[in-house]
Amino acid sequence: MSTASATIGTGRSRSPAGRDLSGPVLAATGFFLAALILLPIGWLAAYAFSNRAGEFTFANFVTLFNDPTLSEPLFTTMGLAFSVAFFAAVAATPLAWLVARTDLPARRVVRMLMTASFVTPPFLGAIAWEILAAPNSGILNKIWRDVTGSGDALFDVYTFPGLVFVIACYTAPYVFVVLTNALDRIPADLEDAAGILGASRWKVVVGITLPLALPALLAGALVAFLQAMTLFGSPAILAIPAGFHTVTTKIYSLFQFPPKPQVAAAAALPLLLVTVVLLWLQGRILGRRGYAVVGGKGGEPRLTALGVWRWPVFALVMAALALPLFLPYMALLKAAISRVPSGPFDPNNLTLANFSFVFFEFSQTRRAFSNTFLLALTSATAGTALALVIAYLVARRTDFGGRALEFLATAPIAIPGVVLGVGLFLAYTRGPVVLYGTLWILFFAFLTIELPAAFQQMRASFRGLHPELEEASRILGADRLGTLRRITAPLLKSGVIAGWCLIFIGVVRELSAAVMLASSNTKVLSVVIFDLNESGNLGAIAVIGVAMLVVTFAVVGFANWMSGVGAGPRLRAG
Amino acid sequence: MNAKFVTAFAAVALATGAASAQSPVYSITPELEAAANREGKLVYYTSIDVKVAEDLAKAFEKRYPGIKVQVERNGAERQFSKIGQEYSSRIYNVDTVNSSDAAHFIYWKREGWLSPALPEEVAKNYPAGSFDPQGFFAPMRASMSVIAYNTTLVPAADAPKSFKDLLDPKWRGKLVKAHPGYSGTILTATFQIGRDLGWDYLEKLSGQQVMQVQSSTEPPRKVIAGERPVMADGNEYNVFLEKARNAPIEIVYPEEGTPLVIGPSGIMKNAKNPNAAKLFHAWSFSLEAQQLAVDVGGLRSFHPGVKEPAGRKPMSQIKLMKDDPEAVDKQVEEIKARYLRFFKT
Repeated sequence: MSTASATIGTGRSRSPAGRDLSGPVLAATGFFLAALILLPIGWLAAYAFSNRAGEFTFANFVTLFNDPTLSEPLFTTMGLAFSVAFFAAVAATPLAWLVARTDLPARRVVRMLMTASFVTPPFLGAIAWEILAAPNSGILNKIWRDVTGSGDALFDVYTFPGLVFVIACYTAPYVFVVLTNALDRIPADLEDAAGILGASRWKVVVGITLPLALPALLAGALVAFLQAMTLFGSPAILAIPAGFHTVTTKIYSLFQFPPKPQVAAAAALPLLLVTVVLLWLQGRILGRRGYAVVGGKGGEPRLTALGVWRWPVFALVMAALALPLFLPYMALLKAAISRVPSGPFDPNNLTLANFSFVFFEFSQTRRAFSNTFLLALTSATAGTALALVIAYLVARRTDFGGRALEFLATAPIAIPGVVLGVGLFLAYTRGPVVLYGTLWILFFAFLTIELPAAFQQMRASFRGLHPELEEASRILGADRLGTLRRITAPLLKSGVIAGWCLIFIGVVRELSAAVMLASSNTKVLSVVIFDLNESGNLGAIAVIGVAMLVVTFAVVGFANWMSGVGAGPRLRAG
Repeated sequence: MNAKFVTAFAAVALATGAASAQSPVYSITPELEAAANREGKLVYYTSIDVKVAEDLAKAFEKRYPGIKVQVERNGAERQFSKIGQEYSSRIYNVDTVNSSDAAHFIYWKREGWLSPALPEEVAKNYPAGSFDPQGFFAPMRASMSVIAYNTTLVPAADAPKSFKDLLDPKWRGKLVKAHPGYSGTILTATFQIGRDLGWDYLEKLSGQQVMQVQSSTEPPRKVIAGERPVMADGNEYNVFLEKARNAPIEIVYPEEGTPLVIGPSGIMKNAKNPNAAKLFHAWSFSLEAQQLAVDVGGLRSFHPGVKEPAGRKPMSQIKLMKDDPEAVDKQVEEIKARYLRFFKT
């Protein structure tokens, strides 16, 4: 901070014009965001309310609610989302508390591992769980039968509860991240006060800490709900063998021949509506309370000593992490070197054929890798820049323009990937601008989908940055841009890197919009994996999936190393 | 009215006249090879098993080292949707296409999306009636949708012998089948089974807690893994391939008849690499390629020179259900809607 002030003192950074450019930048950014969001949603609405001849009609909604093959998925999806949100919250709460507020061994490692399970694409997790828990051939079920002699499966992944479990495994990290961030920031003085007044350790946890974290828990559960509601890959992989549809798989099937884009658009709108209502409710319930405790004062959070329970609890935490992480990764690694993925671990079943197929025979491998990482790099860079500009304008302008921009940058959170996919498909498969078939359509989709998370990350960074520093710079004669460059940017570095990584990871694991928008030359890895899954080539999927994760971890690791932050990104989902 | 009729008539006459004037028959000439080499690549959309497709592509690349084949494998029905989306958006990625749903070629021909190109090999050697006389498509491959069972889990004596046997309560929860919304083979087979056995057979089958997978390449994999001991449908050729690797699986040709699935190939009208596509198309009907498709792909061939590997029941000894792509083309929506009603997905 003192170096920063010293630099300001020289006052060299006055731009030639010396004008405040934030007005025009605000207008341009606002216009761009509006186009990005309104175009696909506009087309979606237009389709939902028109018939094949393009005339206005409500018929699509009548079909939607009268045809049980269309209305049942709606109810299934709501049940799914509620169950996932509930179980993800139940699983993540003790984990988050243990990591943030106790002397659990290797807390940092646990945090890192939770982040790793966030990086795992849910569809890859679903495929891994097929290998583990298919009722008859699943590795875990086979072990269960061998050990107990029972004829029944321990756990059948091709069921509604199976789907809930697998999705919860990969949404719990969201709840965990939101919750640990909140628990980290709850100052110790309230807890201390309760302790001094004679409350027992548990009473402090239950009476003070958890209630203070409740808004974060609700926010996390909401993210889990929205994730589960809009996820496409896991239901497509697990629900179809189980014999049911969710809204997302139904929408996808409505695009198969004979395509019914009007009904698909109508089916997409309820998802949008539910999301908007829930986000609005969240705003009403939480207000700004959740963030009121943020502050630099108050000292380190007090850690609860676990005593003799330290190691047993640690073992339990590791067992919990086995579900999203250790078991699935072992299953994928095993499938990569096996002829029959879930087959016995003997020489007859060992093979390198999956590797030679993926790297030497399969003609899509190289293109899919380069498409994916090209899109991830460009979306992450463009998205971070955009989020930074928006967050800056929003943080430093409290007028209507700032609030409008904030709304626009957060709005895509209400647009499920599959809905955006449908909207963009409808918008860009016909003139004047045909983007379908190019990487641009995927770029815009990813940019839109990932913007809110990156924006929130940046906004949080700006909130932690008091305007005093900038005001000092302005008073000493620097203009707005100069101040931005020399004061604000360096202080935001770790937030920027975290936001960049967030988008990068998000793009690599995106499937629901990509599956609608990719064509043969623009296929990304998630779509290739999805295609291979439809014909059951699990060995090839395992090889591609593991290679994809290795590259992702390498890039994220490199970004963090470059930034010198070292501690890994603090993810702020939701 | 009258004038309109005359114009329409004239157009049709002109079109047919043009078609008959220029024969679609062609052969592989040095000029074609040179032109194909200049293009240097082709995009091949196919619904055949991805490994088999890549094997065929690699064999072609070995024969013509200057030309790369980009294989895009999807289930026939998904591929059909994809081509529909691409062509309606004027995106012409695909050069040549192969589909396990022969009805697709009737549709594409009607839409004017195909280019007439009949390899001389086909015109000369393939049975009359197996290919489109105007040359828009020809049968690159054939296979069947069969029943099969895991030989370690089901003794041969207990194995089902017919479709009707699959309705036995003892197979409840033990069957796996592929999906007609995804697989052209299964759409074709579903039509033939519905026609010959009646749709109530499929309705009863849906009550057997059948595990539903997508591609017709997958049921054999599930049977071998032991996920389900019996497959109610799926590719004969994948079972052959698994048997060749000594996997514990055996085919049953149902007593009622086995659905025959013909997989034609054609060249797209707006192909970006038309010469490479023509070369690949002609090569794929050659004895060399057809024998390869049979030997390493487990497929059946219409080429009279092909030798069936030992151990495979010759097609002439199998009671077949009759294929009828025209009827499939007309009834496709109804087939999918009925299936959805019974099987819920």
